[in-house]
Amino acid sequence: MRDSPIINVSRRGLLGGMGAGALVLAVGLPRPGRAQEEEPEFGRDAMPNGWRDDPKIFIAIAADGLVTVTCHRQEMGQGVRTSIAMVVADELGADWEKVRVDQAPGDEEKYGNQDTDGSRSLRHHFMPLRRAGAAARTMLEQAAAEQWGVDVSEVKADGHKVSHAGSGKSLGYGELATAAMDLEVPERDSLALKDPSEFRYIGKGSIGLVDNMDITTGNTTYGIDVKRDGMLYAVVARPPVYGGKVASLDDSAALAIEGVERVVQIDPAEFPTEFAPLGGVAVIARNTFLAMKGRDALQIEWEDGPNADYDSESYRETLSQAANSPGGKVIRDEGDYDEAASGAAQTVEAEYYIPHLAQAPMEPPAAVVEIKDGKAEAWACVQAPQVTRLRLAERLGLPEDAVKVNVTLLGGGFGRKSKPDFVLEAGILSQAMDGAPVKLTWTREDDIHHGYYHTVSVEKMSAGLDAEGKTIAWRHRTAAPTIGSIFAPDPAQKLPFELGMGLLNMPLAVENIRAENPQAQAHVRIGWYRSVSNIPHAFAIQSFAAELADAAGRDQKDYLLELIGPARQIDPTNQGDVWNYGENPDVYPIDTGRMAAVVEAAAEGIEWGREMPQGRGLGIAGHYSFVSYVAVAAEVEVVDGGVTVPRVSIAIDCGAHVNPDRIRSQMEGAVIMGVGQALMTEVTFAEGRAVQDNFDTYLVPRMDQAPKRIDVHFVGDDAAYDRPLGGVGEPGLPPVVPAITNAVFAATKKRIRRLPIADQLRS
Amino acid sequence: MVTLVINGEERRFDGDQDTPLLWVLRDEMGLTGSKYGCGIAACGACTVHIDGAPSFACITPVGVLEGAEVTTIEGLSESGNHPVQEAWRELNVAQCGYCQAGQIMQAAALVDQYDTVTDDDIDAVMSANLCRCGTYPRIRAAVKQAASAKAAKSGNQEAEAQ
Repeated sequence: MRDSPIINVSRRGLLGGMGAGALVLAVGLPRPGRAQEEEPEFGRDAMPNGWRDDPKIFIAIAADGLVTVTCHRQEMGQGVRTSIAMVVADELGADWEKVRVDQAPGDEEKYGNQDTDGSRSLRHHFMPLRRAGAAARTMLEQAAAEQWGVDVSEVKADGHKVSHAGSGKSLGYGELATAAMDLEVPERDSLALKDPSEFRYIGKGSIGLVDNMDITTGNTTYGIDVKRDGMLYAVVARPPVYGGKVASLDDSAALAIEGVERVVQIDPAEFPTEFAPLGGVAVIARNTFLAMKGRDALQIEWEDGPNADYDSESYRETLSQAANSPGGKVIRDEGDYDEAASGAAQTVEAEYYIPHLAQAPMEPPAAVVEIKDGKAEAWACVQAPQVTRLRLAERLGLPEDAVKVNVTLLGGGFGRKSKPDFVLEAGILSQAMDGAPVKLTWTREDDIHHGYYHTVSVEKMSAGLDAEGKTIAWRHRTAAPTIGSIFAPDPAQKLPFELGMGLLNMPLAVENIRAENPQAQAHVRIGWYRSVSNIPHAFAIQSFAAELADAAGRDQKDYLLELIGPARQIDPTNQGDVWNYGENPDVYPIDTGRMAAVVEAAAEGIEWGREMPQGRGLGIAGHYSFVSYVAVAAEVEVVDGGVTVPRVSIAIDCGAHVNPDRIRSQMEGAVIMGVGQALMTEVTFAEGRAVQDNFDTYLVPRMDQAPKRIDVHFVGDDAAYDRPLGGVGEPGLPPVVPAITNAVFAATKKRIRRLPIADQLRS
Repeated sequence: MVTLVINGEERRFDGDQDTPLLWVLRDEMGLTGSKYGCGIAACGACTVHIDGAPSFACITPVGVLEGAEVTTIEGLSESGNHPVQEAWRELNVAQCGYCQAGQIMQAAALVDQYDTVTDDDIDAVMSANLCRCGTYPRIRAAVKQAASAKAAKSGNQEAEAQ
C-alpha cells in the first residue's frame, strides 16, 4: 500500500480490515498534530482538507454587479452548480439574473474537500456556503454604511442592492463591490443567517439549471470536448484481462497509416492498482478516428496474468459456496440466532445474486493534458480533482504545485469518474510527445471492458418465524469482492464502509440477528457505482422481507413495517456500523419513524392494495442510505415472460430541501437506472474478459422501457433547515430493484433471486 | 475531398473519406455539440440532421455526404429558440446534459415533421437515444410541450394569414 492513500474518515478509528473508512479517497496528507484523545470529527469536519466558508474564495462581484460563484463540487447531472449558486445567492441577497457560476480547479488547500461522491455536496457544504453568502452580504452592508456614515444596523442588503431606510439611499452590489471585498471577513459567530422564511431560492422550485442554455445549444464543454492548439488525439489498447500485460507488439501497420503520429507503450499497473493506468499500447494521431484506426491495426499478444481464468458464472458458484458455509467473519451478532432459528416454527432461506455493473456514463472517460515549462495542465471530467492532481503529479514526476487540474462538466459520473486513471494516461502520453496537448478518449468498448466495476455478490438470507409468522431469527451472509482490493493486497473482506451501506444499518425489529462476511477475492477492478454496496444489500434484504411476508401469509407492506418496527432512533454503532456515512450518530441516528413514513407514502402513491388484473402486480421496498430514507412501490406487467414497469411511486425523506426540482430529477433518474438493473443490465466475464462490448450488448433502459409514470413524493420536514441534510444523488436507487422484483412475484408467483431478470420468466 | 454544407456554411474535408461525420465535426470543424457515446449507432448521442433527416453521425462516413446539408445542435436555431430547445429549458430536462444534444436533434426532427406527437411516436423515435441519468420522463413531457407550442404557433400564423 502506498503512503496513506486513504485517510480514515471513520469516527473513533474503529476500523477493521485495512483501515479504509470511507468512499473518500483522501489522498491528501494526514492532518498534522492531531492528538489521539482529540474529539472525533464527523461529516464535513472529518473530510480531508475539510471545508471553507470564506466569501473571498467563493464569491466575486464585478463593478457591473455580476456575481460569480465559484463551484468547488463537480457537476455530473445532480445539479450541484445550480444548487450551490442558489445557496450563495440567497444568503447574499443577490438577484439570480445577475449570478454566474465558475468551476473551481482541483485545489483543496484553497477550497476544502472537493471529492464529489457519497451524496454529500449539500449535506456538507450547505452551511459553510450559506455563511460565505451571509458574510459577503454583511461586508456589502458595512461598505455602504461606511460610505454613508451611518451605523451598519441601519442598512439592509437585498435584491442586489444595499438600502438605507432613513435617507432612502441605495447602492448596487457592483458599486459597493471593491470597497466591500477589501473589508475583513466578519467573524463566523457574528454572522446573521437568513431566516428560512426569507429564502427566495433555497427550497423553492423556480430556478432553472445554470447550464440550460449551453446544454440546449451545444455550447457546453465536457472532458471529451476540450480543444487545445496543436492537440493530438489518442486511444489506448489495454490488457483485456485485469493484471495482464503486453507480450509482443507489432505496430508497423498502425504507423503506416497516414495521420498516426506515434505508438507509445504504457507500463502495466501493479497490484494493488489503485488509480494507475492499466497499461497497454497507445496510438497517437491527428484525430480520434485515425487513432482508433491505428489501434485496430496493432498486432498485440497479451500475457493475461493471474485473472485469465475469471469466469463470472463459475465465480457465482464460488460466492455461493462461501455464502452457504459457516465460519465467515461475524460482523453483527445480537441475541442467539442459532437457538432462535432451531426453535422456529418455520424457516425460510433464499440466496440472491447481483452481477457486475459498469457505470457507463454517457460521456466515457476522456481528458486532455499538456505540459509546458515543467508544468502540467489537465482538463478532465473528474469527480475528485485534488486526487487527480496528486496522482498526476506523482506519475509525471512533478511537484503538486506544478500540476493544475481544470474540471469540465461531467457527462455522467456514477462513481466511474472518481478514479483518475484516464487522466494519468493522457499525462503519460503528453509527456511522451514532449508536452504536446494530448486528448485521450475511451471508446465505449474500453469503458465496458476495463471498468471499475460494481462488485458481484451473493447474499444468503435465512430466517426463522414463530407460529404467528413473526420473524424471530435473521441471518445475513454477504460474499462479495471488496473495493479495498484496489488499494491494498486483497483483504477479501468487505470494509466497514461497505458493510455500513444498508447491511449493518438496516433497522430490523428482530431480536436474534447474525451477519457474516465470508471471504471473496476480486478478479477485476472493483469500484464505486452509484449507491455502491447498498445495491446488493437492499436487493437481498427487501426481497427477503417480501419472501417472509409471503411465508407468513401477510401483506408485504404490513410485514415490512413490522420488521422496521416501532418508531425509534437507533445508534448505528449499536448494530456494528462504525461508519454511519461519516456522520455523527448523535446527529444522524437511524430513525425508524422516518423509514416507516416513506414506506407508507410510496404505498399510498401507488394505491397499494388495489385489485390488480392478471399479469400485473405491486411490490414495495424501503431503504436507508446516505442518511436519507427512500421507499419505492412499483407496478409491473408481465406478458409472455417479458416485464415492463408502467408505474413507480418513490418517496424520499432527505431532510430540508435546497433544490426540490433536482431532488425530484434524481429520484426519476434513480428509478430508471433501477429498472435497468432489475430487467437487463449486467457485465459478465469469460476467460478473464468482459463479455459485453457496447450499448448493443450492455443493456440499459431506453425511452420505451422507462416507466410511463413516476410519482415522486416528498416526506418529512422539508423546511427543517436547522437540522442536518440527507443525501440525494444515490439513495433513490437501492430500493427500486427489490420493489420491481417483489412486484414480479405478486404478478407471477415467481421469485427473482438473480439479477437481471433478462429472460428468466420466459418459458 | 468532400464538400458539404454544415449549418448553412460550405465546408470541405480532404482527409480519410471513411472518417465518420462525427469525428469530422468534432475534431476537424470545432463543432463539439454532437457527442460520442458508442460509435455503433446504439445511443444517439451523435444525432444530427442530414438533409433534414435525423442521422447517426458516428456511423456515417463523411465521403458519402458530397453536397449534403448537415445541421448540428449548434445550427438548429438562430438563438436556441427552437420549440424543442425552449421546452427542454422550461422543464429542466437535462441532468448531466451530455446526451441532450442528440435527444434534442432527434426530437426536433420529430416535432418538425409531424403535427401531432403521441406517446407511441415518442417511444418509437426517442428510443434511439440513450440517457444514463434517466431524463426520459421529462424528455417525453418536453416533446409533447414542444409539439403543442409548434401547433399553437402555426395556428396563430394561419389565423394571421387569414
